Amino acid sequence: MMAGLNTLTIAEAREKLRSGETTSVALTEACLEAIGAAGALNAFVHDTPQIALEQASAADARLKTGDAPSMCGIPLGIKDLFCTKGVPSQAASAILNGFRPEYESTVTQNLFDAGAVMLGKLNMDEFAMGSSNETSTYGNVVNPWRRGNDDTALTPGGSSGGSASAVAADLCLAATGTDTGGSIRQPAAFTGITGIKPTYGRCSRWGIVAFASSLDQAGPMTKTVRDAAIMLGTMCSHDPKDSTSTDLPVPDFEAALTGDVRGKKIGIPKEYRMEGMPAEIEKLWADGTAMMKDAGAEIVDISLPHTKYALPAYYVIAPAEASSNLARYDGVRYGHRAKLAQGDGITEMYEKTRAEGFGHEVQRRIMIGTYVLSAGFYDAYYNRARRVRALIKRDFDDVFEQGIDAVLTPATPSAAFGLGEMTDADPVQMYLNDVFTVTVNLAGLPGISVPAGLDKSGLPLGLQLIGRPWEEGALLNHAYVLEQAAGFVSKPGKWW
Amino acid sequence: MSIDTETARRVAKLARIRVEEQDLPALAQEFNTILGFIEQLNEVDIEGVEPMTSVTPMRLKRREDRVTDGHMQDKILSNAPDAREGFFAVPKVVE
Repeated sequence: MMAGLNTLTIAEAREKLRSGETTSVALTEACLEAIGAAGALNAFVHDTPQIALEQASAADARLKTGDAPSMCGIPLGIKDLFCTKGVPSQAASAILNGFRPEYESTVTQNLFDAGAVMLGKLNMDEFAMGSSNETSTYGNVVNPWRRGNDDTALTPGGSSGGSASAVAADLCLAATGTDTGGSIRQPAAFTGITGIKPTYGRCSRWGIVAFASSLDQAGPMTKTVRDAAIMLGTMCSHDPKDSTSTDLPVPDFEAALTGDVRGKKIGIPKEYRMEGMPAEIEKLWADGTAMMKDAGAEIVDISLPHTKYALPAYYVIAPAEASSNLARYDGVRYGHRAKLAQGDGITEMYEKTRAEGFGHEVQRRIMIGTYVLSAGFYDAYYNRARRVRALIKRDFDDVFEQGIDAVLTPATPSAAFGLGEMTDADPVQMYLNDVFTVTVNLAGLPGISVPAGLDKSGLPLGLQLIGRPWEEGALLNHAYVLEQAAGFVSKPGKWW
Repeated sequence: MSIDTETARRVAKLARIRVEEQDLPALAQEFNTILGFIEQLNEVDIEGVEPMTSVTPMRLKRREDRVTDGHMQDKILSNAPDAREGFFAVPKVVE
Protein backbone atom coordinates (compact mmCIF):
# COMPACT_ATOMS: atom_id res chain seq x y z
CA MET A 1 0.00 0.00 0.00
CA MET A 2 1.22 3.47 -0.77
CA ALA A 3 2.05 5.57 2.27
CA GLY A 4 -0.57 8.24 2.92
CA LEU A 5 -0.16 11.88 1.97
CA ASN A 6 0.08 12.69 5.67
CA THR A 7 3.48 10.97 5.80
CA LEU A 8 5.06 13.44 3.38
CA THR A 9 7.68 15.98 4.38
CA ILE A 10 7.06 19.66 3.65
CA ALA A 11 9.62 19.57 0.84
CA GLU A 12 7.99 16.51 -0.78
CA ALA A 13 4.52 18.00 -0.45
CA ARG A 14 5.70 21.30 -1.93
CA GLU A 15 6.93 19.40 -4.96
CA LYS A 16 3.68 17.46 -5.41
CA LEU A 17 1.55 20.56 -4.89
CA ARG A 18 3.48 22.60 -7.42
CA SER A 19 3.47 19.85 -10.00
CA GLY A 20 -0.25 19.35 -9.50
CA GLU A 21 0.24 15.71 -8.48
CA THR A 22 -1.82 16.38 -5.36
CA THR A 23 -3.81 19.17 -3.77
CA SER A 24 -3.78 20.85 -0.41
CA VAL A 25 -7.34 19.64 0.15
CA ALA A 26 -6.21 16.04 -0.40
CA LEU A 27 -3.25 16.51 1.95
CA THR A 28 -5.47 18.13 4.55
CA GLU A 29 -8.07 15.37 4.33
CA ALA A 30 -5.37 12.73 4.78
CA CYS A 31 -4.15 14.49 7.92
CA LEU A 32 -7.66 14.97 9.30
CA GLU A 33 -8.28 11.27 8.83
CA ALA A 34 -5.02 10.41 10.62
CA ILE A 35 -5.96 12.75 13.47
CA GLY A 36 -9.38 11.16 13.76
CA ALA A 37 -7.78 7.75 14.20
CA ALA A 38 -5.16 8.90 16.73
CA GLY A 39 -7.27 9.80 19.74
CA ALA A 40 -5.11 7.47 21.85
CA LEU A 41 -2.16 9.85 21.46
CA ASN A 42 -4.16 12.83 22.78
CA ALA A 43 -2.00 15.15 20.69
CA PHE A 44 -4.69 17.27 19.02
CA VAL A 45 -7.03 18.86 21.58
CA HIS A 46 -9.04 21.32 19.47
CA ASP A 47 -9.64 20.20 15.88
CA THR A 48 -10.41 22.87 13.30
CA PRO A 49 -11.37 20.87 10.19
CA GLN A 50 -13.57 23.60 8.76
CA ILE A 51 -10.84 26.24 8.94
CA ALA A 52 -8.38 23.70 7.57
CA LEU A 53 -10.45 22.85 4.51
CA GLU A 54 -11.19 26.52 3.77
CA GLN A 55 -7.49 27.38 4.02
CA ALA A 56 -6.63 24.35 1.86
CA SER A 57 -9.04 25.39 -0.88
CA ALA A 58 -7.62 28.91 -0.84
CA ALA A 59 -4.11 27.44 -1.01
CA ASP A 60 -5.05 25.30 -4.00
CA ALA A 61 -6.36 28.38 -5.80
CA ARG A 62 -3.13 30.20 -5.04
CA LEU A 63 -1.02 27.27 -6.19
CA LYS A 64 -2.84 27.33 -9.53
CA THR A 65 -1.62 30.89 -10.10
CA GLY A 66 1.94 29.49 -9.98
CA ASP A 67 2.97 32.04 -7.38
CA ALA A 68 2.82 30.18 -4.10
CA PRO A 69 5.39 30.29 -1.29
CA SER A 70 6.94 27.09 0.09
CA MET A 71 4.48 26.71 2.98
CA CYS A 72 1.42 27.18 0.74
CA GLY A 73 -1.04 24.34 1.24
CA ILE A 74 1.00 22.60 3.99
CA PRO A 75 -1.21 21.23 6.83
CA LEU A 76 0.19 22.04 10.27
CA GLY A 77 -0.60 21.50 13.92
CA ILE A 78 -0.42 24.58 16.14
CA LYS A 79 0.68 24.40 19.77
CA ASP A 80 -2.08 25.56 22.11
CA LEU A 81 0.24 28.33 23.39
CA PHE A 82 -0.31 30.31 20.17
CA CYS A 83 -3.33 32.60 20.13
CA THR A 84 -5.40 31.79 17.07
CA LYS A 85 -8.30 34.06 16.28
CA GLY A 86 -11.68 32.67 17.26
CA VAL A 87 -10.19 29.25 18.10
CA PRO A 88 -9.70 28.00 21.68
CA SER A 89 -6.20 28.95 22.85
CA GLN A 90 -5.70 28.07 26.46
CA ALA A 91 -2.06 27.10 27.01
CA ALA A 92 -3.39 23.72 28.23
CA SER A 93 -4.64 25.46 31.37
CA ALA A 94 -8.06 25.32 33.01
CA ILE A 95 -7.66 28.99 33.87
CA LEU A 96 -8.12 29.83 30.17
CA ASN A 97 -11.17 27.60 29.73
CA GLY A 98 -13.33 29.00 26.99
CA PHE A 99 -10.85 31.66 25.89
CA ARG A 100 -11.11 32.51 22.21
CA PRO A 101 -8.66 35.24 21.20
CA GLU A 102 -9.88 38.16 19.14
CA TYR A 103 -6.47 38.28 17.46
CA GLU A 104 -3.88 36.09 15.75
CA SER A 105 -0.29 35.55 16.93
CA THR A 106 2.31 36.98 14.57
CA VAL A 107 3.92 33.58 13.96
CA THR A 108 0.65 31.89 12.97
CA GLN A 109 -0.32 34.93 10.90
CA ASN A 110 3.00 34.66 9.03
CA LEU A 111 2.30 30.98 8.37
CA PHE A 112 -1.27 31.64 7.21
CA ASP A 113 -0.15 34.55 5.02
CA ALA A 114 2.16 32.05 3.30
CA GLY A 115 -0.80 29.75 2.71
CA ALA A 116 -0.26 27.19 5.48
CA VAL A 117 -3.22 25.22 6.79
CA MET A 118 -4.17 24.84 10.47
CA LEU A 119 -5.51 21.38 11.35
CA GLY A 120 -6.06 22.19 15.02
CA LYS A 121 -4.46 23.00 18.34
CA LEU A 122 -1.92 20.73 20.01
CA ASN A 123 -1.61 19.55 23.58
CA MET A 124 1.29 20.72 25.74
CA ASP A 125 2.34 21.12 29.36
CA GLU A 126 0.27 23.75 31.16
CA PHE A 127 1.74 27.19 30.34
CA ALA A 128 4.70 25.28 28.81
CA MET A 129 5.86 24.33 32.31
CA GLY A 130 6.96 20.71 32.20
CA SER A 131 9.19 18.21 30.47
CA SER A 132 6.82 15.27 30.08
CA ASN A 133 3.46 16.70 29.00
CA GLU A 134 1.91 15.49 32.24
CA THR A 135 0.77 18.91 33.53
CA SER A 136 -1.87 19.58 30.84
CA THR A 137 -5.51 20.21 31.66
CA TYR A 138 -6.28 18.03 28.62
CA GLY A 139 -4.43 15.05 30.09
CA ASN A 140 -1.16 13.39 29.08
CA VAL A 141 0.08 13.14 25.52
CA VAL A 142 1.33 9.67 24.58
CA ASN A 143 4.49 9.13 22.56
CA PRO A 144 3.85 7.07 19.38
CA TRP A 145 7.15 5.28 20.09
CA ARG A 146 7.21 2.23 22.35
CA ARG A 147 9.98 0.13 23.84
CA GLY A 148 9.85 -2.76 21.40
CA ASN A 149 6.80 -4.88 22.14
CA ASP A 150 6.37 -3.39 25.63
CA ASP A 151 3.12 -1.43 25.62
CA THR A 152 4.10 0.94 28.46
CA ALA A 153 2.86 4.44 27.55
CA LEU A 154 5.85 6.76 27.19
CA THR A 155 6.09 10.52 27.44
CA PRO A 156 6.66 12.47 24.21
CA GLY A 157 8.59 14.99 26.33
CA GLY A 158 7.50 18.52 26.97
CA SER A 159 6.39 21.10 26.88
CA SER A 160 5.71 20.80 23.12
CA GLY A 161 4.67 17.16 23.59
CA GLY A 162 1.53 17.32 21.45
CA SER A 163 3.54 18.87 18.59
CA ALA A 164 6.21 16.18 18.85
CA SER A 165 3.76 13.30 19.04
CA ALA A 166 1.67 14.64 16.14
CA VAL A 167 4.64 15.08 13.81
CA ALA A 168 6.21 11.72 14.74
CA ALA A 169 2.88 9.95 14.16
CA ASP A 170 2.32 11.71 10.79
CA LEU A 171 -0.86 13.46 11.95
CA CYS A 172 0.42 16.62 10.30
CA LEU A 173 3.37 17.52 8.09
CA ALA A 174 4.91 19.75 10.77
CA ALA A 175 3.96 21.70 13.87
CA THR A 176 4.78 24.87 15.75
CA GLY A 177 6.50 24.60 19.10
CA THR A 178 7.91 26.96 21.68
CA ASP A 179 11.05 26.60 23.74
CA THR A 180 11.82 28.29 27.07
CA GLY A 181 14.29 25.76 28.50
CA GLY A 182 14.24 22.94 25.95
CA SER A 183 10.55 22.58 25.12
CA ILE A 184 11.13 22.11 21.39
CA ARG A 185 14.42 20.21 21.45
CA GLN A 186 13.73 17.69 24.25
CA PRO A 187 10.38 16.44 22.82
CA ALA A 188 11.89 16.37 19.32
CA ALA A 189 14.65 14.10 20.66
CA PHE A 190 12.13 11.87 22.47
CA THR A 191 10.08 11.33 19.30
CA GLY A 192 12.73 11.07 16.58
CA ILE A 193 11.98 14.37 14.85
CA THR A 194 13.82 17.65 14.23
CA GLY A 195 13.20 20.79 16.29
CA ILE A 196 14.95 24.15 16.19
CA LYS A 197 14.81 27.03 18.63
CA PRO A 198 16.07 30.10 16.79
CA THR A 199 18.07 32.98 18.27
CA TYR A 200 16.11 34.98 20.83
CA GLY A 201 14.36 37.73 18.85
CA ARG A 202 14.06 35.85 15.53
CA CYS A 203 10.40 34.95 15.98
CA SER A 204 7.94 37.45 17.32
CA ARG A 205 6.51 36.52 20.70
CA TRP A 206 3.38 38.59 20.06
CA GLY A 207 0.26 36.52 20.62
CA ILE A 208 2.13 33.60 22.19
CA VAL A 209 0.98 33.08 25.78
CA ALA A 210 3.96 34.28 27.83
CA PHE A 211 5.83 32.00 30.23
CA ALA A 212 9.31 33.56 30.74
CA SER A 213 9.59 36.45 28.31
CA SER A 214 13.39 36.71 28.25
CA LEU A 215 13.69 33.02 27.31
CA ASP A 216 10.61 32.14 25.22
CA GLN A 217 11.09 31.54 21.49
CA ALA A 218 8.91 29.81 18.90
CA GLY A 219 10.27 27.36 16.36
CA PRO A 220 9.25 24.58 13.95
CA MET A 221 9.04 20.86 14.74
CA THR A 222 9.46 18.89 11.56
CA LYS A 223 10.33 15.54 9.99
CA THR A 224 13.59 16.73 8.44
CA VAL A 225 16.20 19.48 8.73
CA ARG A 226 15.19 20.82 5.31
CA ASP A 227 11.61 21.16 6.51
CA ALA A 228 12.84 23.01 9.59
CA ALA A 229 14.72 25.44 7.33
CA ILE A 230 11.65 26.01 5.15
CA MET A 231 9.19 26.51 7.99
CA LEU A 232 11.48 28.61 10.17
CA GLY A 233 11.95 31.07 7.32
CA THR A 234 8.20 31.63 7.23
CA MET A 235 7.79 31.90 11.02
CA CYS A 236 10.49 34.57 11.49
CA SER A 237 9.88 38.25 10.96
CA HIS A 238 10.57 41.62 12.45
CA ASP A 239 7.48 42.63 14.37
CA PRO A 240 6.88 46.10 15.76
CA LYS A 241 4.44 44.50 18.23
CA ASP A 242 7.31 42.69 20.01
CA SER A 243 9.98 45.13 21.17
CA THR A 244 12.52 42.30 21.46
CA SER A 245 11.94 41.13 17.89
CA THR A 246 15.04 41.76 15.83
CA ASP A 247 15.13 44.07 12.84
CA LEU A 248 17.43 41.87 10.76
CA PRO A 249 16.56 40.44 7.35
CA VAL A 250 15.46 36.80 7.41
CA PRO A 251 17.87 34.88 5.17
CA ASP A 252 16.89 31.97 2.93
CA PHE A 253 17.66 29.20 5.42
CA GLU A 254 17.01 26.43 2.92
CA ALA A 255 19.64 27.87 0.57
CA ALA A 256 22.17 27.47 3.39
CA LEU A 257 21.84 23.66 3.23
CA THR A 258 24.91 23.00 1.11
CA GLY A 259 25.99 19.86 2.96
CA ASP A 260 29.50 21.25 3.13
CA VAL A 261 31.06 21.73 6.59
CA ARG A 262 34.69 21.22 5.58
CA GLY A 263 37.00 23.25 7.78
CA LYS A 264 34.23 24.22 10.20
CA LYS A 265 35.12 23.96 13.88
CA ILE A 266 32.83 21.86 16.06
CA GLY A 267 33.23 22.37 19.79
CA ILE A 268 32.76 19.45 22.20
CA PRO A 269 32.19 20.90 25.68
CA LYS A 270 33.68 18.77 28.44
CA GLU A 271 31.15 20.02 31.01
CA TYR A 272 28.33 18.22 29.18
CA ARG A 273 29.86 14.87 30.09
CA MET A 274 27.57 14.45 33.08
CA GLU A 275 28.12 12.04 35.90
CA GLY A 276 25.87 9.01 35.54
CA MET A 277 25.16 9.71 31.87
CA PRO A 278 23.95 6.48 30.20
CA ALA A 279 26.58 4.76 28.05
CA GLU A 280 24.21 4.91 25.09
CA ILE A 281 24.11 8.70 25.23
CA GLU A 282 27.92 8.81 25.48
CA LYS A 283 28.17 6.57 22.44
CA LEU A 284 25.64 8.58 20.44
CA TRP A 285 27.61 11.72 21.16
CA ALA A 286 30.90 10.08 20.14
CA ASP A 287 29.28 8.74 16.96
CA GLY A 288 27.94 12.20 16.12
CA THR A 289 31.36 13.69 16.68
CA ALA A 290 32.89 11.13 14.34
CA MET A 291 30.26 11.89 11.69
CA MET A 292 31.07 15.59 11.75
CA LYS A 293 34.77 14.78 11.54
CA ASP A 294 34.24 12.44 8.59
CA ALA A 295 32.37 15.26 6.86
CA GLY A 296 35.52 17.34 7.08
CA ALA A 297 34.83 19.43 10.18
CA GLU A 298 37.53 20.00 12.74
CA ILE A 299 36.70 18.73 16.24
CA VAL A 300 37.83 20.96 19.09
CA ASP A 301 37.58 20.24 22.82
CA ILE A 302 36.12 23.27 24.53
CA SER A 303 35.09 24.36 28.00
CA LEU A 304 31.88 26.10 29.04
CA PRO A 305 32.76 26.41 32.72
CA HIS A 306 29.43 27.70 34.09
CA THR A 307 27.28 24.95 32.54
CA LYS A 308 26.55 23.41 35.94
CA TYR A 309 24.86 26.59 37.10
CA ALA A 310 22.51 26.94 34.15
CA LEU A 311 19.64 24.90 35.61
CA PRO A 312 19.67 26.58 39.03
CA ALA A 313 19.85 30.01 37.35
CA TYR A 314 16.97 29.00 35.08
CA TYR A 315 14.87 27.91 38.05
CA VAL A 316 15.18 31.41 39.49
CA ILE A 317 14.74 33.45 36.32
CA ALA A 318 11.95 31.47 34.64
CA PRO A 319 9.68 31.27 37.71
CA ALA A 320 10.35 34.94 38.49
CA GLU A 321 9.22 35.97 35.03
CA ALA A 322 6.34 33.51 35.13
CA SER A 323 5.05 34.89 38.43
CA SER A 324 4.88 38.33 36.82
CA ASN A 325 3.45 37.16 33.50
CA LEU A 326 0.80 34.94 35.06
CA ALA A 327 -0.42 37.69 37.38
CA ARG A 328 -2.79 38.59 34.56
CA TYR A 329 -4.94 35.50 35.19
CA ASP A 330 -7.20 37.01 37.80
CA GLY A 331 -10.68 35.95 36.73
CA VAL A 332 -11.60 39.41 35.47
CA ARG A 333 -10.83 39.74 31.77
CA TYR A 334 -10.84 36.22 30.40
CA GLY A 335 -10.98 32.58 31.30
CA HIS A 336 -12.11 30.95 34.49
CA ARG A 337 -13.60 32.71 37.51
CA ALA A 338 -14.26 30.75 40.70
CA LYS A 339 -17.75 30.61 42.16
CA LEU A 340 -17.75 32.88 45.15
CA ALA A 341 -19.31 32.39 48.57
CA GLN A 342 -21.52 34.92 50.31
CA GLY A 343 -19.38 37.83 51.47
CA ASP A 344 -16.34 36.98 49.32
CA GLY A 345 -14.51 40.06 48.08
CA ILE A 346 -12.12 40.63 45.23
CA THR A 347 -9.14 39.09 47.04
CA GLU A 348 -11.05 35.85 47.60
CA MET A 349 -12.02 35.94 43.92
CA TYR A 350 -8.36 36.16 42.87
CA GLU A 351 -7.21 33.50 45.33
CA LYS A 352 -9.94 30.99 44.59
CA THR A 353 -9.79 31.54 40.83
CA ARG A 354 -6.04 30.99 40.71
CA ALA A 355 -6.17 27.98 43.04
CA GLU A 356 -8.82 26.34 40.85
CA GLY A 357 -7.47 27.40 37.48
CA PHE A 358 -3.75 26.71 37.80
CA GLY A 359 -2.41 23.17 38.10
CA HIS A 360 0.04 22.10 40.76
CA GLU A 361 3.29 22.66 38.85
CA VAL A 362 2.20 26.10 37.64
CA GLN A 363 1.21 27.13 41.16
CA ARG A 364 4.54 25.91 42.47
CA ARG A 365 6.50 27.90 39.90
CA ILE A 366 4.47 31.06 40.43
CA MET A 367 5.11 30.84 44.16
CA ILE A 368 8.85 30.14 43.76
CA GLY A 369 8.97 33.18 41.47
CA THR A 370 7.06 35.25 43.99
CA TYR A 371 9.50 34.20 46.70
CA VAL A 372 12.70 34.98 44.76
CA LEU A 373 11.33 38.39 43.79
CA SER A 374 10.08 39.27 47.28
CA ALA A 375 11.65 42.02 49.35
CA GLY A 376 14.85 40.83 50.99
CA PHE A 377 15.50 37.98 48.53
CA TYR A 378 15.58 39.85 45.24
CA ASP A 379 19.34 40.39 45.34
CA ALA A 380 20.23 37.03 46.83
CA TYR A 381 18.26 35.05 44.25
CA TYR A 382 17.04 37.02 41.27
CA ASN A 383 19.95 39.39 40.77
CA ARG A 384 22.48 36.67 41.49
CA ALA A 385 20.83 34.42 38.89
CA ARG A 386 20.92 37.21 36.31
CA ARG A 387 24.63 37.69 36.96
CA VAL A 388 25.27 33.96 36.59
CA ARG A 389 23.27 34.11 33.36
CA ALA A 390 25.65 36.78 32.07
CA LEU A 391 28.54 34.39 32.82
CA ILE A 392 26.85 31.52 30.99
CA LYS A 393 26.45 33.71 27.93
CA ARG A 394 30.07 34.84 28.25
CA ASP A 395 31.20 31.18 28.15
CA PHE A 396 29.60 30.86 24.71
CA ASP A 397 30.86 34.26 23.54
CA ASP A 398 34.38 33.11 24.40
CA VAL A 399 34.25 29.86 22.42
CA PHE A 400 32.68 31.58 19.42
CA GLU A 401 35.45 34.16 19.60
CA GLN A 402 37.97 31.29 19.47
CA GLY A 403 36.47 30.44 16.09
CA ILE A 404 34.07 27.65 17.04
CA ASP A 405 31.24 27.42 14.48
CA ALA A 406 28.90 25.11 16.35
CA VAL A 407 28.78 23.15 19.59
CA LEU A 408 27.72 19.49 19.58
CA THR A 409 26.06 17.95 22.66
CA PRO A 410 23.48 15.29 23.47
CA ALA A 411 19.93 16.68 23.36
CA THR A 412 18.69 14.87 26.45
CA PRO A 413 20.20 12.82 29.28
CA SER A 414 18.00 9.79 28.44
CA ALA A 415 15.48 8.40 25.98
CA ALA A 416 11.74 8.92 26.58
CA PHE A 417 10.61 7.62 29.98
CA GLY A 418 7.28 6.15 31.01
CA LEU A 419 4.33 8.41 31.78
CA GLY A 420 3.95 8.50 35.56
CA GLU A 421 7.48 7.23 36.17
CA MET A 422 8.58 10.57 37.59
CA THR A 423 5.44 11.22 39.64
CA ASP A 424 7.09 10.40 42.95
CA ALA A 425 10.40 12.04 42.14
CA ASP A 426 11.07 15.49 43.57
CA PRO A 427 10.56 18.36 41.08
CA VAL A 428 14.30 18.84 40.61
CA GLN A 429 14.61 15.34 39.07
CA MET A 430 12.16 16.36 36.34
CA TYR A 431 14.01 19.65 35.81
CA LEU A 432 17.22 17.71 35.02
CA ASN A 433 15.68 16.72 31.67
CA ASP A 434 16.62 20.17 30.41
CA VAL A 435 20.23 20.05 31.55
CA PHE A 436 21.66 20.12 27.99
CA THR A 437 19.14 22.50 26.46
CA VAL A 438 18.61 25.22 29.05
CA THR A 439 22.01 26.90 28.57
CA VAL A 440 20.97 27.79 25.02
CA ASN A 441 17.90 29.74 26.20
CA LEU A 442 19.89 31.55 28.88
CA ALA A 443 22.45 32.60 26.26
CA GLY A 444 19.77 33.45 23.66
CA LEU A 445 21.40 31.18 21.05
CA PRO A 446 19.92 29.03 18.28
CA GLY A 447 19.85 25.30 19.04
CA ILE A 448 18.59 22.33 17.07
CA SER A 449 17.85 18.72 17.97
CA VAL A 450 18.44 16.10 15.28
CA PRO A 451 17.47 12.41 15.58
CA ALA A 452 20.68 10.44 15.45
CA GLY A 453 20.04 6.88 16.62
CA LEU A 454 18.01 4.37 18.60
CA ASP A 455 18.67 3.06 22.08
CA LYS A 456 18.69 -0.67 22.92
CA SER A 457 14.93 -0.73 23.43
CA GLY A 458 14.35 0.90 20.07
CA LEU A 459 13.64 4.46 21.22
CA PRO A 460 14.99 7.48 19.34
CA LEU A 461 17.84 9.58 20.69
CA GLY A 462 18.79 13.07 19.57
CA LEU A 463 21.89 15.20 19.31
CA GLN A 464 21.91 18.95 19.79
CA LEU A 465 23.87 21.50 17.80
CA ILE A 466 24.22 25.03 19.15
CA GLY A 467 25.03 27.85 16.75
CA ARG A 468 26.24 31.42 16.75
CA PRO A 469 23.60 34.09 17.29
CA TRP A 470 21.62 34.94 14.11
CA GLU A 471 23.39 32.19 12.16
CA GLU A 472 20.53 29.72 11.96
CA GLY A 473 21.41 29.05 8.32
CA ALA A 474 24.88 27.77 9.19
CA LEU A 475 23.46 25.86 12.16
CA LEU A 476 20.86 24.18 9.96
CA ASN A 477 23.59 23.22 7.51
CA HIS A 478 25.57 21.55 10.29
CA ALA A 479 22.40 19.75 11.33
CA TYR A 480 21.77 18.73 7.72
CA VAL A 481 25.21 17.11 7.52
CA LEU A 482 24.58 15.28 10.80
CA GLU A 483 21.16 14.15 9.56
CA GLN A 484 22.60 12.80 6.30
CA ALA A 485 25.40 10.99 8.10
CA ALA A 486 23.19 9.52 10.83
CA GLY A 487 20.67 8.37 8.24
CA PHE A 488 17.88 8.16 10.82
CA VAL A 489 14.82 6.84 8.98
CA SER A 490 13.03 4.84 11.69
CA LYS A 491 9.37 5.45 12.34
CA PRO A 492 7.26 4.32 15.29
CA GLY A 493 5.24 1.18 14.58
CA LYS A 494 1.56 2.10 14.37
CA TRP A 495 -0.37 0.77 17.41
CA TRP A 496 -2.91 3.57 17.92
CA MET B 1 17.87 28.90 54.26
CA SER B 2 14.77 26.96 55.21
CA ILE B 3 11.19 27.83 54.45
CA ASP B 4 8.68 27.19 57.22
CA THR B 5 4.92 26.89 57.04
CA GLU B 6 4.49 30.54 57.90
CA THR B 7 6.68 31.64 54.98
CA ALA B 8 4.81 29.30 52.63
CA ARG B 9 1.54 30.87 53.78
CA ARG B 10 2.92 34.35 53.16
CA VAL B 11 4.20 33.46 49.67
CA ALA B 12 0.85 31.91 48.72
CA LYS B 13 -0.87 35.08 49.90
CA LEU B 14 1.51 37.28 47.89
CA ALA B 15 0.90 35.11 44.81
CA ARG B 16 -2.88 35.31 45.37
CA ILE B 17 -3.26 31.55 45.31
CA ARG B 18 -5.42 29.93 47.98
CA VAL B 19 -3.58 27.05 49.64
CA GLU B 20 -5.44 25.03 52.25
CA GLU B 21 -3.89 25.03 55.71
CA GLN B 22 -3.20 21.30 55.65
CA ASP B 23 -1.26 21.61 52.36
CA LEU B 24 1.18 24.25 53.60
CA PRO B 25 3.79 21.93 55.22
CA ALA B 26 4.16 19.87 52.01
CA LEU B 27 4.41 23.06 49.97
CA ALA B 28 7.12 24.41 52.28
CA GLN B 29 8.99 21.13 51.80
CA GLU B 30 8.82 21.45 48.00
CA PHE B 31 10.09 25.02 48.20
CA ASN B 32 13.01 23.83 50.30
CA THR B 33 13.93 21.16 47.75
CA ILE B 34 13.90 23.66 44.90
CA LEU B 35 15.66 26.42 46.84
CA GLY B 36 18.26 23.89 48.00
CA PHE B 37 18.98 23.24 44.32
CA ILE B 38 19.16 26.97 43.62
CA GLU B 39 21.60 27.50 46.51
CA GLN B 40 24.37 26.17 44.21
CA LEU B 41 24.46 29.62 42.68
CA ASN B 42 26.24 30.82 45.82
CA GLU B 43 29.36 28.95 44.65
CA VAL B 44 29.76 31.22 41.62
CA ASP B 45 32.11 34.18 41.75
CA ILE B 46 29.96 37.01 40.38
CA GLU B 47 32.22 39.85 41.48
CA GLY B 48 32.10 42.66 38.94
CA VAL B 49 29.48 40.94 36.72
CA GLU B 50 26.46 43.00 35.78
CA PRO B 51 23.04 41.31 35.95
CA MET B 52 21.87 40.51 32.44
CA THR B 53 19.07 42.75 31.22
CA SER B 54 18.96 41.76 27.57
CA VAL B 55 20.31 38.58 26.05
CA THR B 56 20.92 40.21 22.68
CA PRO B 57 22.87 43.45 22.58
CA MET B 58 20.07 45.61 21.24
CA ARG B 59 18.14 48.58 22.49
CA LEU B 60 14.45 48.10 22.93
CA LYS B 61 12.62 49.83 20.14
CA ARG B 62 10.27 52.62 20.99
CA ARG B 63 7.28 53.46 18.90
CA GLU B 64 5.65 56.75 18.39
CA ASP B 65 3.29 57.58 21.24
CA ARG B 66 0.01 57.78 19.38
CA VAL B 67 -3.28 55.98 19.29
CA THR B 68 -3.24 53.26 16.62
CA ASP B 69 -6.47 51.44 17.33
CA GLY B 70 -9.47 51.41 19.61
CA HIS B 71 -13.28 51.39 19.51
CA MET B 72 -13.49 47.67 20.12
CA GLN B 73 -15.25 47.42 23.45
CA ASP B 74 -17.15 44.31 22.37
CA LYS B 75 -13.96 42.48 21.47
CA ILE B 76 -12.23 43.51 24.70
CA LEU B 77 -15.15 42.25 26.76
CA SER B 78 -15.95 39.18 24.68
CA ASN B 79 -13.96 36.79 26.89
CA ALA B 80 -14.88 38.29 30.27
CA PRO B 81 -16.44 35.90 32.80
CA ASP B 82 -18.75 38.74 33.87
CA ALA B 83 -19.25 41.85 31.75
CA ARG B 84 -22.09 44.29 32.29
CA GLU B 85 -23.02 47.53 30.56
CA GLY B 86 -19.66 47.75 28.84
CA PHE B 87 -17.61 47.07 31.96
CA PHE B 88 -15.74 44.17 33.55
CA ALA B 89 -17.78 43.27 36.64
CA VAL B 90 -16.09 42.22 39.90
CA PRO B 91 -17.25 41.78 43.50
CA LYS B 92 -17.74 44.97 45.45
CA VAL B 93 -14.34 46.56 46.15
CA VAL B 94 -15.39 49.66 48.11
CA GLU B 95 -17.78 49.44 51.05
